[in-house]
Amino acid sequence: MSDVVVAGVLDGAEDIAPRRIHPARATLARLFRHRLFVTGLVLFGVIAVIAALAPWITDIDPNRLSMRNKFLPPGGDWIFGTDNFGRSLWARTVWGAQLSMTIGASVVALNAVFGTLIGAAAGYFRRLDNMLMRVNDALMAFPAILLAIAVTSVLGPSTLNVILALGIVYIPRTARIVRSSVIVLREMEYVQAAVAAGAGHWRILRHHILPNAMAPMIVQLSFLFAYAVLSEATLSFLGVGAVPPTPTWGNIMAEGRDYMRDAPWIITIPGVALMITVMGLNLLGDGLRDVLDPRLRIQQ
Amino acid sequence: MIRVAIGRLLSAVPVLAIVSLISFGLMRLIPGDPAAAIAGISATPAQLAQLRVDLGLDQPLLVQLLRYYEGLVQGDLGRSLLLGKGVFAATMERLPVTIGLSLYALVLTLIIGIASGIIAALRQNSLVDQAAMMFAMIGISVPSFFLGLIMIIVFAVHLGWLPTGGYVNFFDDPMGWLRSTTMPAISLALLQAGLLARITRSSMLEVLRQDYIRTARAKGLPQRQVILKHALANALIPIVTVVGIIVSLLISGAVVTEALFSLPGMGQLLTQAVLNRDYPMVQGGLLLVTTFLVMVNILVDVLYAVIDPRVRYE
Repeated sequence: MSDVVVAGVLDGAEDIAPRRIHPARATLARLFRHRLFVTGLVLFGVIAVIAALAPWITDIDPNRLSMRNKFLPPGGDWIFGTDNFGRSLWARTVWGAQLSMTIGASVVALNAVFGTLIGAAAGYFRRLDNMLMRVNDALMAFPAILLAIAVTSVLGPSTLNVILALGIVYIPRTARIVRSSVIVLREMEYVQAAVAAGAGHWRILRHHILPNAMAPMIVQLSFLFAYAVLSEATLSFLGVGAVPPTPTWGNIMAEGRDYMRDAPWIITIPGVALMITVMGLNLLGDGLRDVLDPRLRIQQ
Repeated sequence: MIRVAIGRLLSAVPVLAIVSLISFGLMRLIPGDPAAAIAGISATPAQLAQLRVDLGLDQPLLVQLLRYYEGLVQGDLGRSLLLGKGVFAATMERLPVTIGLSLYALVLTLIIGIASGIIAALRQNSLVDQAAMMFAMIGISVPSFFLGLIMIIVFAVHLGWLPTGGYVNFFDDPMGWLRSTTMPAISLALLQAGLLARITRSSMLEVLRQDYIRTARAKGLPQRQVILKHALANALIPIVTVVGIIVSLLISGAVVTEALFSLPGMGQLLTQAVLNRDYPMVQGGLLLVTTFLVMVNILVDVLYAVIDPRVRYE
């Protein structure tokens, strides 16, 4: 930001009155010029809209059995065909989208709140740092999926527990990112100035540090959404996620596995939906990273 | 280097202490009576009481904790309820399968990831670059179990080239091992290969911008030598740091891959343990795998100090 100002001064351009563009609008404009970001937004947007409008898009009950109509291939009255119980794959995939999005968004929300709180506390208050980060390191040492499986197995398989398990797995990763931004910002001169001016911890964190630590976190959260959707599908594919017949993409694929020779569409359709979602979010994350935080481009 | 190794080993101690505490706490988090959860609804009160005694759940929490650590110090990780043998022994039986599969996948990851990353960086913004990055994007976006299922449909069911699952011991029949682990290894490698290709590309691009590369070119060195000797050697340094992450992802991924291809490895062991409420196995297995990963990360850090002298003097 300051670079722009300096450049303007050096150009001696004060007579060419610069049009005041709000920084947020400038960032948005740059995002919408980013081809990959827009591609990601469209891919993810389509799935998100389908998920949000699920009840209006399909009036078929995703769990309605119809044994006369089992194993119908896609096309005709059944857009996506039917599964081994004659359930509509269209309805199941659409409702699966809603569940994936709900879980992804909830995990992201949990991370945004607790990741920020823990990361800010560890980065700002040196005395808490060591203790919080050791627990953090320990949680991050577990292989992600294994820890999620273990936690859901202990809590019992349900949608809520999947969200909690993925929260426990991913919050330490978010906290670490917030912490590293906060540590750098804490030493900045403008923060020292705020301290000298007598601002309290809460005010400094809220007004001076956290707003500037947001960029890397937003980038992280968009990738996190992708991991969460992917992990949820993996958990339910392994049989430790939401209980069947709940239509999650992982559940549909796990059930379709036994019939993949004759009815490959049962696994292909939710699989492609899952791929579109994750790819959309990854592209979105890449775009956000390029625009919001160009320094990170080198590390990733 | 030795100082780095000792330092890292020491810093791993508190982490492992907390890891073991979390593993211990996990079984105590089961809502209600863990013994009832393990034994199921058909258990008689006498069986439940016996199970509580067997698992030490009749003792106060502090005593349980002390016994747990006493066991750990003696190398006793508890007994699997399902298999009726020690957790350590059960894990060691399955470990070779997972290690073999992970090494195979690691080799694929390194070859595909580094090669496509370098090629993409050398021809930045060309069609080759875009194709390689598209491939990497697909790699990090396709769930491994979906890719595995598609490969089974194509190569096993329709073409009949490879078996749909099952495991052949390497020492009994190396070709058979290769046939049984190729699809699992590819589906396992794809995510990491995509990640590595992206990291290699940006690391390589960063290095290619450096002055010493321009110097090497200016003094008339052939392109080949500039790339291999000057650029790659330096571009690989940040890549070594992600090997630890890659190994962790491979172990996580192996859980899913082994379940999909019915390979009798660690992942399958732990998934079965979870599905059958074999909590001592889950607890011990989780601790073992995580300890292994912490050790791998220490090894990576030491290796990093070996290849990058700057780290040693920090």
